[in-house]
Amino acid sequence: MGTVQGYMYPNEMELQWSILIVLYPFITGLVAGAFILASLERVFDVHVVKPTYRLALLTALAFLLVAPLPLQLHLGHPERSFEMYLTPHTTSAMAMFGFVYLWYLMVVLVLEIWLDYRRDLVVTWKASRGLKRALYAVLTLGSDNISEGALNVDDRFGRFITIVGIPSAFLLHGYVGFIFGSVKANPWWSTPLMPIVFLFSAIVSGVALVMLMYMAMSKLSKRPIDLPCVDTIGRYLMYAFIVDFSLELVDLIHRIYEADESFKALDFMVHTRLYMSQIVLQMLLGTLLPIALLAVPQLLRIPPKWRLRIYVIAGCLTLVGIFAMRWNVVIGGQLFSKSFLGYTTYKMQFATREGLGASVALLLLPFGILAALVRLLPPWPDESLKNA
Amino acid sequence: MNESTRREFLFQTGKLLVLSGAASIAWDAVAAGAPADAPNYTMTEHWWAMVIDVEKCIGCGNCVRACKAENNVPLEPYYFRTWVERYVVDPEDIEHPIVDSPNGAYDGFPELTLSNPNVKTFFVPKLCNHCANSPCVQVCPVGATFDSPDGVVLVDKERCLGCRYCVQACPYGCRYIDPRTNTVDKCTLCYHRITKGLLPACVEVCPTAARQLGDLKNPNDPIHAFLRTHKVQVLKPQMATGSKTYYNGLDGSVR
Amino acid sequence: MSSRQDRAHLVRVAALFGGALILFFVARAVLVPKDFGIYGHYRAGALADARARPIAYAGQAACVECHGDVGDLRKTSSHAHVACESCHGPLATHASGDDATRPGRPNGRTTCMRCHLASLSKPAKFPQIVLKDHADDGPCIACHQPHAPKL
Repeated sequence: MGTVQGYMYPNEMELQWSILIVLYPFITGLVAGAFILASLERVFDVHVVKPTYRLALLTALAFLLVAPLPLQLHLGHPERSFEMYLTPHTTSAMAMFGFVYLWYLMVVLVLEIWLDYRRDLVVTWKASRGLKRALYAVLTLGSDNISEGALNVDDRFGRFITIVGIPSAFLLHGYVGFIFGSVKANPWWSTPLMPIVFLFSAIVSGVALVMLMYMAMSKLSKRPIDLPCVDTIGRYLMYAFIVDFSLELVDLIHRIYEADESFKALDFMVHTRLYMSQIVLQMLLGTLLPIALLAVPQLLRIPPKWRLRIYVIAGCLTLVGIFAMRWNVVIGGQLFSKSFLGYTTYKMQFATREGLGASVALLLLPFGILAALVRLLPPWPDESLKNA
Repeated sequence: MNESTRREFLFQTGKLLVLSGAASIAWDAVAAGAPADAPNYTMTEHWWAMVIDVEKCIGCGNCVRACKAENNVPLEPYYFRTWVERYVVDPEDIEHPIVDSPNGAYDGFPELTLSNPNVKTFFVPKLCNHCANSPCVQVCPVGATFDSPDGVVLVDKERCLGCRYCVQACPYGCRYIDPRTNTVDKCTLCYHRITKGLLPACVEVCPTAARQLGDLKNPNDPIHAFLRTHKVQVLKPQMATGSKTYYNGLDGSVR
Repeated sequence: MSSRQDRAHLVRVAALFGGALILFFVARAVLVPKDFGIYGHYRAGALADARARPIAYAGQAACVECHGDVGDLRKTSSHAHVACESCHGPLATHASGDDATRPGRPNGRTTCMRCHLASLSKPAKFPQIVLKDHADDGPCIACHQPHAPKL
């Protein structure tokens, strides 16, 4: 085979997990990260980031709704995927998916969003006519109690849900890291650091996404950007990134130092087939450069206009870098043979259901859903509703 | 209905559901007994294993062809339930053997051209190791692959989702996705043959007895004497998979 | 302490979740195969499925039932442990009488050379020949009886 260099076990020559499986942890990572940012305000009382609270939750919801789609497209028998609910194999991390997903979607995200928006939903219900009125009636579950006492209950219960939500978010994305980290057959994946690295890169990507979305949506709806809010998010992004990078560096140094039987093969792979995506995209452009950019406003006085530009560039580079990290883990782990004697190539197609076209569509879909969600549940309600 | 009778009703219904569910499972186990389609075969009397004698393998590829014919394995492009590897090892550099397996050795091996005559070269047949602590069984999310009571790792084609996690988890590379069914496939130790007293196809056609089936629960099986008198190894012992495919004469360079 | 009225909407949410949970258990009772979990975390019927595959190779014992003369000839030959179907291919349909066609003879050269063509990788004690030193034209069976090949 022209694409195989050296020796690979005959069944290994074709990659098993495609770009769709790169997409899945990327999307759930964004969800977990966006939620952690939202919890900063709700649980840790970092009130300066309040303008992004609702947007972070809606973003998390939009992306979470899309999250199972790459998995469904990838399965040989997507119509059997409900079997994970019927006969989950408790020794398999993947079996957790159905339950963790459903828990996180319904009990954490949807419930928290509902509790936060309930007052606005009731107000909109009462102020609407026809189909819109019916829709909002359903959304409030028919309860129109927005007295002080009821809203107090909502606030306390919502806070409780957020507290529960933080470890749930860790579980939602951490188990994906464990899916890779627990495969002893694959030395590129098998490390106890994997769930932690996944989690921190998730936080980084989610925070960057919400920061970018907030700036974009403020621009689009012609609202002023709350500068202290964005400055704080930028600072937290930098901290999270430093932790993430340190963890990845620890893993790298450990591998190079121990140099076990797999090291030569993996080293060769990183320097050849994975060079662009690992060294250039993930490390240089996707990690070191954004960290440096984000450090600049912390060390020097930068005028607001330039700070915002720095945040936009750093945010975009971050997203690219974290996507590259998922790519390097998933695809990288399949480019070398388990015999450590050979390498293959990933032939990504475009128009098939596991191809680039499907992936791009799946990445754009959450934005469409978010647009609908923002109309249904405005993150920054009109002044008129406040006085209703 | 007032509060207490409603509560009472819910409690009784819940109790009924739980108990009837438990009872139906118990009844099924009782009714299971011996499988109807293999009346002379009791699973718990067998614990299957394979012995591969590397010193006897001549790389003829009979096993590869027979397996494909017996089990209807796709001929194109490169799916194999079993295959044979040829190793060319420089004795002073066993960490870097040169290995090839042209089409899995379906047509045997082409002639060897050696640039360095000071090498050792041999054939190593590979197949599913039917591990007792199988990592592939461990990771299946829905119980579509399993270790049978008689020690054969099998795939339930009707339940497999095609998620490919087991393919990733197998350290020996013996699994693949059958493109015709979109489910996972692999060596079944010719379960349909061994339960009827026949040999697996690969063992049947091996001309040199390099591949032998063993039944570890049968006290008269020659595998016991073989394991006692030969230096055997399993592949990748550090993974502790409980592999039941024992290799005699395995060189340290074999991956 | 909040009043019961202020918590009423939460009760509705709890009822919704509770109802979904009940639906889930009902669906589970209906959809999980009845033979799942008997021997382990799998469908016991899968064992029967694995056993039900069609057989392609009859096995040496089946061949000798009809071809006893060849069986006797081979018993003391160097090919005694080479199964009939190693060279003749899968013959279960022939042995069971389903297939009335007479299986053809294997191609002498290719079949014999697969095993006996000399290679450094083969065990040294295994009988192997370099073609041009041996007899590079003419079929192997011109000199060797395939069922008792030693000359």
